[in-house]
Amino acid sequence: MKSLKRQEHKFSDSFIQLEVLQAARPGGGKFERFEDKLDTIGLFPLRPTQLEIFQVNVGKMCNQTCKHCHVDAGPDRKEIMTRETMQQCLEALDKADVAGFPVKTIDLTGGAPEMNPHFRWFVQELHKRGKHVIVRCNLTIILANPKYHDLPQFFKAHGVEVVSSLPHFSARRTDAQRGDGVFEKSIKALQMLNAAGYGQEGSGLQLHLVYNPAGAFLPGAQVSLEKEFKQQLKRQFNIDFNSLFVITNLPISRFLDYLVQSGNYEGYMEKLVNSFNPAAAANVMCRNTISVGWDGQLYDCDFNQMLDLTVVGAPRHIKDFDVAQLNQRDIVLNQHCYGCTAGAGSSCGGQTA
Amino acid sequence: MENTYYNPADLAKFGNIAEFSPDLAKKFFDYYGDVFKEGELSVREKSLIALAVAHAIQCPYCIDAYTTDGLEKGASEGQMMEAIHVAAAIRGGASLVHGVQMMNKVKEITM
Ligand code: SF4
Ligand code: SF4
Repeated sequence: MKSLKRQEHKFSDSFIQLEVLQAARPGGGKFERFEDKLDTIGLFPLRPTQLEIFQVNVGKMCNQTCKHCHVDAGPDRKEIMTRETMQQCLEALDKADVAGFPVKTIDLTGGAPEMNPHFRWFVQELHKRGKHVIVRCNLTIILANPKYHDLPQFFKAHGVEVVSSLPHFSARRTDAQRGDGVFEKSIKALQMLNAAGYGQEGSGLQLHLVYNPAGAFLPGAQVSLEKEFKQQLKRQFNIDFNSLFVITNLPISRFLDYLVQSGNYEGYMEKLVNSFNPAAAANVMCRNTISVGWDGQLYDCDFNQMLDLTVVGAPRHIKDFDVAQLNQRDIVLNQHCYGCTAGAGSSCGGQTA
Repeated sequence: MENTYYNPADLAKFGNIAEFSPDLAKKFFDYYGDVFKEGELSVREKSLIALAVAHAIQCPYCIDAYTTDGLEKGASEGQMMEAIHVAAAIRGGASLVHGVQMMNKVKEITM
């Protein structure tokens, strides 16, 4: 499968995605503006609480081409963060430490972040600074090439927290979303991580799984799904993990394309809007996170990054990073934000309410 | 009346039954809500039972609702189909087991 960008698909233009999200409904009228919705509960303009997490997207290259990918990642994407930009990220983190607003957690994502040639160097530098590093590992990368087979050991040596997607404990549902054979390889990779100590009691090596629905429906309650995943993965494959993060698919990029193509767009948006939860709105992740793009641009979150919505009210590039101004900014919102506030809420760390 | 007995849009109007009898509706929905809470059975198991019953009573609203609900609760396609087979087996078995009654009667009145 090719990325939308490679297909020259209309949705590779973020402007067109935003047009779809803001368009009138077939029956007339529009979905209430997300900003107005926040206003009704006194949350507009939405302001950060305090910057705690740096989510760094080190590139869009990936060994997979999942159907729902909001990054539109894939083997044909060449955007990769340079060492120079990584250096600027490190300098920004040092600056924040000095300014008295230390950013403790660095969440590395992609694409497959491990495919960036400077990935290991970056993790080592972060580790030296005493930062807590999270890697969003797609699991199959560990088996994709012999040069990645030692990733579990590398992660372990640097105290990396591993967060991995597994949309279901059945091969059918997983492969439908992530590609043929992905389930089997993911299971093997999880067993390798377990063997390195990940997800094992007392090891301190955190292994979390991410569940997101393989289709146009909302995720169920995190506690029940976690229980279910733990039982099934233990029983069928003897796999252990720490927590399950339940994430709602946001209507952007390839998932938006899926929704439109399958005729589910209206129904899905309606569900998101109708499930708006004020408690989840108060805890959206953009309030304590900054997202850094592969080219060093700054965004309120990874989703805004994919929609080319850069931060407003603070310098827009990591080289000019200013934590005080970022903490004062108004967060850029649009209709896709309903995905973060539906039901029990959704963030890169799972449910929020 | 509409031209069809079943309209998918009516599913979302289930709550409207309160219009003609609010007290009973409230009792029913409170009960309904409690039944589907996590208990000795998990919410997923309850959802699968509901799906099986929906097929036994052949209610299109319930099939629609509990297919989505099953997916949301993490049920797999295999689990959902097995639940329906359970309903089918019980339905089929319920007919067949009465065959014993038929046989009893036959034996009673034949030489
Ligand atoms: S593994 Fe992740 S980044 Fe890669 S295509 Fe799938 S969802 Fe996108
Ligand atoms: S999509 Fe981004 S900006 Fe919008 S609410 Fe979610 S995290 Fe915040």
